[in-house]
Amino acid sequence: MMLDVREIHTYYGQSYILQGVSLTVGEGEVVTLLGRNGAGKTTTLRSVMGLTPARRGHVVLEGREITHRPTYAISRLGIAFVPSGRRIFSDLTVRQNLELAAHDGVAGEAVWTIERVHKVFPKLAELDSRRAGFLSGGEQQMLKLGRALVANPKLLLLDEPTEGLAPAVVGQLGEWLQLLKDEGMSMLLCEQNALFALRLASRGYILEKGRIQHEAPAAELRDSPEVRTYLGV
Amino acid sequence: MDLGNVAIQLLSGMTVAGYLFMVSAGMTLVFGAMRVINIAHGSFYMYAAFIVAAIVGKGTGASGMFWVALLVAPLIVAAMGTATEVTIMRRIYTKEHLTQLLATFALFYIFADVALQIWGGAFRSVQAAPVLTGQVNVLGRSFPKYNFFVMGVAVVVGVAMWLLLQRTKLGWRIRAAVEDPELLAATGTNVRLLFTTVFTIGALLAGVAGAVVAPLVSVAPGLDAGILVEAFIVAVIGGLGSIAGAAIGAIILGLFQAIGILWVPTWASAFTYIAMILVLAVRPWGLLGTPER
Ligand SMILES: Nc1ncnc2c1ncn2[C@@H]1O[C@H](COP(=O)(O)OP(=O)(O)OP(=O)(O)O)[C@@H](O)[C@H]1O
Ligand SMILES: [Mg+2]
Repeated sequence: MMLDVREIHTYYGQSYILQGVSLTVGEGEVVTLLGRNGAGKTTTLRSVMGLTPARRGHVVLEGREITHRPTYAISRLGIAFVPSGRRIFSDLTVRQNLELAAHDGVAGEAVWTIERVHKVFPKLAELDSRRAGFLSGGEQQMLKLGRALVANPKLLLLDEPTEGLAPAVVGQLGEWLQLLKDEGMSMLLCEQNALFALRLASRGYILEKGRIQHEAPAAELRDSPEVRTYLGV
Repeated sequence: MDLGNVAIQLLSGMTVAGYLFMVSAGMTLVFGAMRVINIAHGSFYMYAAFIVAAIVGKGTGASGMFWVALLVAPLIVAAMGTATEVTIMRRIYTKEHLTQLLATFALFYIFADVALQIWGGAFRSVQAAPVLTGQVNVLGRSFPKYNFFVMGVAVVVGVAMWLLLQRTKLGWRIRAAVEDPELLAATGTNVRLLFTTVFTIGALLAGVAGAVVAPLVSVAPGLDAGILVEAFIVAVIGGLGSIAGAAIGAIILGLFQAIGILWVPTWASAFTYIAMILVLAVRPWGLLGTPER
């Protein structure tokens, strides 16, 4: 098991957000977490990453408990977080953004080097010395993905990667993520775009008001009237 | 008003700008990354001056102890900075502004009292090394050689800071922390350790300024509060968080004071505040600052 989230309860101050969320991601598996605005998708990823640690429950990565580890340590243990929105270091260059995140990974051998990222995203090589704040939305998405990859993670946490992207770029993103999936990368993918997510994922969870309402294989979720009505697929 | 006098005053202004820059660069660096105004920042400056005075003693400066003092004092002060960060500062980053102000204000008093216990209340004067003493001729007027040394050190410190922030991974991390510390942690940086490092560098900068300034001033209690106010004004003029802003702010303040002395000597100190009011009226967030994160 790559990631095992067991009954986590997470708060922002007094607000009780995650009320016993459990989910798993197998090795090399792509799992999606679906839910409406405010359901707690981002909070789930933040709890796994140690940014908003769970007050109760356990987060286990490959058999190792990481619930209360500091965020940087969780990153070095092999989880990369691709946040939503324009979260890049806009004051630094594209190259500096990548170099700060680069890490040989837990296995000690770098599968993903900056050179390899440049091969997959030639645009990033062109923009190497550009200030990251000047990139377009699609280019920033590439940079966020590239930054996650050079850390050589075992598990990618993706928070609404399609948000705000033009349809053509969404298609491109789907291809990149498919490539990673084919290479055996484990992923936990939060999306509002259920169609996009269910094409990549093999399994999905539906989160509502901080609780998992439903878990099923992706094919089943695609067809279920429940998902159709309530996620507007 | 002859040209020689003007030149002398401008050079004096630039000397003041030199040490003000070093102090406020430290303050603004700490604020940029950790969003804390450290009221006790001036204490590091004062301690460095006292340590230099203690090491050099009443000698003529010929013994070479001055150079030793110039090296050792900033390092001791930097170590004080590390200890302060680990014991106190790191506990208050997430607290409200008022708590932060009160905590660092308390630190300011504690440092001042401890200094009084160690060194007493008397004035001390420090002799610089012989190569740095004496006068040089500037347009027919004599001007202390030592002031050029202060300006030189400030330039070296400025260039070193620039190289650190632009060319090293540590510098990129510091800039990244200014923008998004949470994201920095998520990409594998130990931000807690980074903050300790930044605070230590801030104290070191104040320490270098205090050590260098020792021969120019009467080393005595009160140096801490005096420098704090001026360094804060410089940082605010330049834009809190911006090192280049601190450099520009220091030059503006130094030159305004020089003009004040030339023009209306009795009101010279008011020019500090006039400079601040003028800049803030046009750009409330300072010359190179950004309007809030
Ligand atoms: N920093 C915070 N402080 C307090 N409450 C928060 C904070 N961040 C999020 N919340 C609340 O927690 C709940 C879950 O938010 P979360 O961001 O996890 O939802 P989400 O499923 O990611 O939604 P979206 O699809 O809009 O991104 C929401 O009700 C939100 O208002
Ligand atoms: Mg979200």
